[in-house]
Amino acid sequence: MKEFLLVFRRDFVTNEAQPSPEQMQGMMKHWQDWMGGIAAQNKLVSSGNRLSSEGRVVKPNNVITKGPYVEIAEAIGGYIIVSADSIDEAAEMSKGCPILHIGGNVEIRTVVAMDDNS
Amino acid sequence: MQQTELIPNLFRTEYRKIVTVLCYLFGIEHIEIAEDIVSDTFLLAAELWIVKGTPANPTAWLYKVAKNKTKDYLKHNAIFAQKISKELKYTTRVAESIELDFTNQNIADSQLAMMFAICHPCIPEEAQISLSLNLLCGFGVEEIADAFLTNKDVIYKRLKRGKEKLRTEKIKIQQPTLLEINERLPTVLTTLYLLFNEGYYSSSQNTTLRKDLCLEAMRLNYLLLENDNTNSNSANALLALMCFHSSRFEARTNQNGETVLYKDQDTDLWNRELIDKGEHFLNRASQGNQLSKYHLEAAIAYWHTHKEDTKDKWENILQLYNKLLQIEYSPIAALNRTFALAKANGKTVAIIEAEKLNLTDNHLYYSLLGNLYTDIDNTKALQNFRIALTLANSHTDKTIITVNIDGLIKKEKQKPTLGFV
Repeated sequence: MKEFLLVFRRDFVTNEAQPSPEQMQGMMKHWQDWMGGIAAQNKLVSSGNRLSSEGRVVKPNNVITKGPYVEIAEAIGGYIIVSADSIDEAAEMSKGCPILHIGGNVEIRTVVAMDDNS
Repeated sequence: MQQTELIPNLFRTEYRKIVTVLCYLFGIEHIEIAEDIVSDTFLLAAELWIVKGTPANPTAWLYKVAKNKTKDYLKHNAIFAQKISKELKYTTRVAESIELDFTNQNIADSQLAMMFAICHPCIPEEAQISLSLNLLCGFGVEEIADAFLTNKDVIYKRLKRGKEKLRTEKIKIQQPTLLEINERLPTVLTTLYLLFNEGYYSSSQNTTLRKDLCLEAMRLNYLLLENDNTNSNSANALLALMCFHSSRFEARTNQNGETVLYKDQDTDLWNRELIDKGEHFLNRASQGNQLSKYHLEAAIAYWHTHKEDTKDKWENILQLYNKLLQIEYSPIAALNRTFALAKANGKTVAIIEAEKLNLTDNHLYYSLLGNLYTDIDNTKALQNFRIALTLANSHTDKTIITVNIDGLIKKEKQKPTLGFV
């Protein structure tokens, strides 16, 4: 079993890209049902965190910008960590993620284990 | 009360109290001396009361005799007296000056102190439960063996090793400090939780014993609530959980001692008083931001005190299981969550999720699949129930599965026959 970080991204800025009130309603349930399903397989390593839309980006030479939306419309809305046999299995799990219903996406990254130098 | 019942009953309630108070005074390393003194006391009671009749206040008699026996013991065992005198802070004339305190307050303090000593991290979990049953609940080796469905030797050795460990590690029976409470309260709660479950879910046929285990777990839990330092939200939540579960005690077994499934229970037999108490403790548990697994399990148990199958009930139960599994995974929670999912979101979704659980060594997994496939694909339902039957061990489980199989076969036969007649 390996661990994978699932990063949820969506457009928080563009007006047209925002979920409708109907979509927002029941969003909590969809997320909980999806995460509960992963946890029921004993594959939820961390239920992670939701992130608020406020952000700052610190760059070299004391440059701090409001962000991270200046250059990209998409921002990270949250993350969880799951365990799976392969990255393909983790991708399969992600297919049920509610972010996909509101125009977002899931990025899947393999967590490098301490003793893994590959 | 008949004398034949009186002594065993007193033994059950008072033996543990006197032993605990003595240990609280002597220290755990002298637990055997404490046990000997109390055994002698009861022996004397059994001999004398038959001849002279039962004293007016049997409990007070026992306390008084135990006190005298302790003084005698100290008088005749000067070395022991000296050894403990340092701890007792008695310098001279130990035997004369010793004061054994059998007030309710001191008994409660002693039992709480003993609970935290038993739950010291150096004691293995199964020994903690056996020691609690023995030292705090007054259960004999035979009863504990019966509850664990094992033989007396195993329990005898387990208790002996546990007590030995308490002695060699020099665990002090004293009022736990705030730091120790923070460190050990979770273990104390786990022990009580397991103690209760042992009674509630045990496949032991001895229903009286099982009920006693549950009541003892509740009594000890209540002891925690009576002390300001241990009266935590989680402790309240755990007691709420126990109240909700035990409210169904009378309804869950029939006159032949067979299990009556939740759906078939007579709600008139549910204990309203315990349900109310459960709600009271759950409210007290919710006065903070803390959300332990006991809160979630108590809330699930709360919803089960509503027999009616409403959408709201199952949606709430599903969300509680979703959260519970994120705090702590267990196969049984995963299976129950999937059952709730079927009730809230429908069987089709639940079957897909159930197949992913992959708990292929668990008969409950196949029973769940059997239930979910019933009326959707009865052939598959039957296949699953049959696998469940091969995996189930207890008589109760096998009976339940067989009822399901018979029901399905009947259903299939009633189907209109297709084809030419």
